[in-house]
Amino acid sequence: MKYVISLGLGLLVGVGLFVAGLLFNPFIADRGLSPLSVSKSEVIALKFANVPAESIAYTNDGESIQEPHPEKVLQLWEAPIRTTSAMTTVMRDARNRVAGIGVKFMSDSESTRLLQGDMIVDSVWYIYLPEHGSMFVEQTENYFPFVREVAFPAWRSSARGWRGNWRGDLSTGPGALGTANVVGGSGRVEGLRMDGVESMSVQAFSLDKGLISAEGGLLIELPASQFADDEVIDTP
Amino acid sequence: MPDLLGELNIGESVLLKTFLIGIVLGLAAAAGALYAIPVVDQVREASIVTVAPNSGNAETFHVNIPMDRIMSGAPGRAAVPPDLQWPADEAVAGISTELFKIRNARDAVVGVAVRAAAQNGGEDVIDWVLHLPARGSVFVNMDVSPREGGFRIGEIRAGSQEFATLSGFMTERWIVNESADEDAPTGRIELQATYVGQLEPLDPAESSE
Repeated sequence: MKYVISLGLGLLVGVGLFVAGLLFNPFIADRGLSPLSVSKSEVIALKFANVPAESIAYTNDGESIQEPHPEKVLQLWEAPIRTTSAMTTVMRDARNRVAGIGVKFMSDSESTRLLQGDMIVDSVWYIYLPEHGSMFVEQTENYFPFVREVAFPAWRSSARGWRGNWRGDLSTGPGALGTANVVGGSGRVEGLRMDGVESMSVQAFSLDKGLISAEGGLLIELPASQFADDEVIDTP
Repeated sequence: MPDLLGELNIGESVLLKTFLIGIVLGLAAAAGALYAIPVVDQVREASIVTVAPNSGNAETFHVNIPMDRIMSGAPGRAAVPPDLQWPADEAVAGISTELFKIRNARDAVVGVAVRAAAQNGGEDVIDWVLHLPARGSVFVNMDVSPREGGFRIGEIRAGSQEFATLSGFMTERWIVNESADEDAPTGRIELQATYVGQLEPLDPAESSE
């Protein structure tokens, strides 16, 4: 019997060591500086509330950490959309003025590979900015750095929470430099193909309530004017 | 260096070895499980796609109103849900947004969608984004003026995943419910997407055969 207990304890320690190795793996590094932060092209910089209670509306399956907002919003409980969340939020410019409305759909991705440090979410944005027009942003996001540096320390904390200052780029593709694909639909950006990067800064997180203090950012790089003709999408 | 293992009796030595084997097995089991078991496995409804008469593939979705409306926000209009606070800022005064669950031809929910309408100076915009979690998303820019027959048509401007290489168009049409059932919707928005694949040049070697 004591050998079975010894083997069981060994198994638990082995699994624990594996999880620790995964979380503290030095080969799974953050990507560092966003390629758009050093761009010389004109950039649209947007900010938005990442805390559901501060958005216009947020919904999911109703069983996740983040609670839907407002209270009576329809929940996404059907099987094909159970791992999807939807958010409508006010988009603000760099001077914190209201710039437009954004809608984001996020779904857990089957390309998630925890062994490689990929916790992937497929997401799309629809953004309408009166100054620029409508845009569609398509991207994959990796939440592994957030889990490793914010959620895991919150889990280890006796208060089941985390406070600090974490900022990271979430976009990891499909662009070659880990950027999101952005397509203009109307207005000034009609027909343009652009690159984008979404980031998140978190100040407080709770395992019971999710994000408590956080802000999202979206940088969209407009094509340089000399390349504008090449970047315009052929429309029939 | 003291030989700690040598100081153990046979029983203790076997116990320690069992523990160490357990650690190795635990490491292997965790790695194997993460490799073999998918962390995310999306539920898929089979696509109901038909061949369109003038090339391309057609797929129909619909939204039952009001039961599939997730939210609706517009300045000066009743919001859905009623406790939703639509921003009063002048910069977004001409924008209205509706979020829906979308259903396939078998009436099963397969995704979510946003329909946005905006008036900005002389420019009117109506856009749809359909998001089907296991398949991808489609961005459609609609013509503002309805066609004869009461439907609007729009061009597929972009897509992701399965729809990334497709172009085509989509129509939207409001169909009033004529059923007398108490639980019946007041009507439905019917969306018909027609996808056309990108033309790819033939491989010269293949075409000469």
